[in-house]
Amino acid sequence: MAPRKKIWITRDYMKCSGCRKCEIACSLYHEDKIWPEASRVRVFMSVPGAEVPHLCVQCDDYPCVESCPFKALSVSEKTGAVLVDETKCTGCGICIDACPGKIPHLHPSRKRILICDLCDGKPECVKICQEGKWNALGIVKRRGSAASMKAYARTPEEITRELVVNLYGEKGEELL
Amino acid sequence: MRGYAGKFLEIDLSTEKIKEVTFSESILQDYFGGRGLAVKILWDRLGKKWEVIDPLGPENVLFILTGPLTGFFPGGRVCVSGKSPQSNGMIGSTLAGEFGIELKCAGYDGLIITGKAAKPCYISIIDSEVTVKDASHIWGKDGKETVKILTKETSQLVRNKYPRYGLLKEPSILYIGPAGENKARVAVVMTKWSHAAGYGGYGGVMGSKNLKAIVAKGTGPLPKVENHERVKELIIKACKECFKAELWRRWGTGGGGYSFAAISSSEPVRNWQEEWHDKKSYAVDKFEQRLWIKQYWGDFGCPTTCLKLAMTKTGPFKGAITDNPDYEMQAFLGPNLGIFVPEENVYLSSLIDDLGLCGIQGGSVMGFAAELYQRGILTKDDLGGIDLKWGNTKAFAELARKIATRDGIGDVLAEGAYRAALKLGKMKSVDLLPYVVYEKGVSIGAHGIRSGKDFSSNISYACSVQAGDHTSMAGLPADSSGEITDVLHDSGVYCSFNTFALEEDLIFEFVEAVTGWKITREEWYKSKGLRILQIQRAMLLLGGMDAKWNPEKDDENPPRFYEPLPTGPYAGKTTNRKTFENSKQEYYEAVGWDKRGIPRPEMLRRLGLQDVEEKLRAVNIIT
Repeated sequence: MAPRKKIWITRDYMKCSGCRKCEIACSLYHEDKIWPEASRVRVFMSVPGAEVPHLCVQCDDYPCVESCPFKALSVSEKTGAVLVDETKCTGCGICIDACPGKIPHLHPSRKRILICDLCDGKPECVKICQEGKWNALGIVKRRGSAASMKAYARTPEEITRELVVNLYGEKGEELL
Repeated sequence: MRGYAGKFLEIDLSTEKIKEVTFSESILQDYFGGRGLAVKILWDRLGKKWEVIDPLGPENVLFILTGPLTGFFPGGRVCVSGKSPQSNGMIGSTLAGEFGIELKCAGYDGLIITGKAAKPCYISIIDSEVTVKDASHIWGKDGKETVKILTKETSQLVRNKYPRYGLLKEPSILYIGPAGENKARVAVVMTKWSHAAGYGGYGGVMGSKNLKAIVAKGTGPLPKVENHERVKELIIKACKECFKAELWRRWGTGGGGYSFAAISSSEPVRNWQEEWHDKKSYAVDKFEQRLWIKQYWGDFGCPTTCLKLAMTKTGPFKGAITDNPDYEMQAFLGPNLGIFVPEENVYLSSLIDDLGLCGIQGGSVMGFAAELYQRGILTKDDLGGIDLKWGNTKAFAELARKIATRDGIGDVLAEGAYRAALKLGKMKSVDLLPYVVYEKGVSIGAHGIRSGKDFSSNISYACSVQAGDHTSMAGLPADSSGEITDVLHDSGVYCSFNTFALEEDLIFEFVEAVTGWKITREEWYKSKGLRILQIQRAMLLLGGMDAKWNPEKDDENPPRFYEPLPTGPYAGKTTNRKTFENSKQEYYEAVGWDKRGIPRPEMLRRLGLQDVEEKLRAVNIIT
């Protein structure tokens, strides 16, 4: 196997400004439109201040890929990202249920599944987040077991539950 | 039409009839959206009977409008408008957040809301599904509770509509707090706990319609633009410039709490009795180090993210959360009330947010009450037992609650400082207007004019069509630093704070790339923008049943602005009447008003505003 230069997108929710420039960058790159709900990264905010950029974490066992009955999902040899073959995807949503973080979602008009493809190794969301010096999203080299990465595959609700406590302490629990 | 979703929603709350309406391209080309378009629609519908329309009655129209640049120009906002219960004119009041984006993505450029619901309700917009829903379970709830309940409830509505989509982001919510429900003239329309459309008093207008909230979720893209590649280039260009303004990004207006006081000496201190203090304990570093839990907080597409999240973590005011507070909140809920402790300022700002009160109008009316208490005009008995001494944060908190619920003295103060002064003055048989820093019913923003060192000038408020609004100031020269620039931002509907770093031409380049309309600066300042300004002026001069403004008397600074500054580096300085008169006349000339401040008929005709001329003639304003 050729040496891989796989990356992983770190997410520091405490630093997310909620500017949603990642959604703009992602949807412009993939859809050539500003389209927040068709973005592969979406900033959830069920409690103001607790903004959660939500995107694929590339689990080591790829439960979404395993679950697809139509073999529409595959793993990029180059980046480790999940790739969607839209000609095979039926939009059945089985992969959404398989994902521990319910991260995949349907394209609002094409009705095909959307999963972060890491922009072939140079993610647009990270670029803009870094350029603006928010650094809520960053890139690290992916090494060894991905077990702890899978731990990040959580629903926005689960993440928010932890994040509000970090942000607001005891008060945070009242806000949920 | 490019840049627009192409249709607006009109919702009659009396009948719950909902329809889609459109406007011709020529109207949109002249009035854009937001403030400009609201002026046009409002004039066409209510112009003929403007002076008898009760802003808090069912005949008023509430506008929630985006503009063509919303979502494209960095920094998404939405404009709230209608006849203002503060000025009796019309004020375009914008607030940041994702609401405008969600609305456009749902396929609508704005909402036109008429009538009055029979019982508390909220409007839910999920793409093309628009419904009026019961809000009795959230009526009476404060801001944070309202956001909590509605986020859960309406996220479920989205899931019900799209059960197979996977998770969709929560809808965006505009809402009012108890102050709005009780039709306080100092109530705001809010989003995300602490963002407010402040000036105008539209929280009270929403309350008068029994409308607690409006929720929007759009799953579509932003509308098509004329020149997509150019729009992308312009976004990058604008963001790069904004990124360079590093201290502005880092501090936002939060740097003002000390500098506008100690350096420019233009901050309201104890109800503007002074405009200077040198309390280093109140400087931005204290806020940053002790209270900010998020250094950068912002809204859709914003490169600047000048907001900060602040929270008090210790002491008697523990657990209060708000943004920044920004300079206006720092000033009006700080030194203006004799408070110089950052924690107490964050606490009061958070409380004001929760109650849905305007920090500026609410802070101003509380400062006014405290000065009357200082002077022995208002007693502890009058205040329902509150010891309203300067700096007594708990007392001000109690008073804020009374205002929001119109309890006791709060009922009078909920009318705002100007109207409260008239009412209390009658009760006490004293002229209380000398203690109100107001312009045509609107308390003035925290940028005094006496030192001459702030960005405000002697005509900023006196000649503004939005009166005391510090984000819409009259100025000279009128075609570059005047109010017509603010009309542009509020009608394009984006954040003016992201324009500081940019060449103004870039905005017109955005307009062209998004809409395809080639509009020159000249055209904006000499016709389109000027036309919007004139209609707003006419509305302000027509006024309302409880207050009318005669420009010869009322295009004037408040009495306090002619008192010499008592302290600070500019002690003794004050507003020069003669200079003011000269600037005023120069401004009148520049915007086509006669020596009395009345729009000239020939100018109105040139702008195609014959109906405005006719109306002003009919009521003898033009003679």
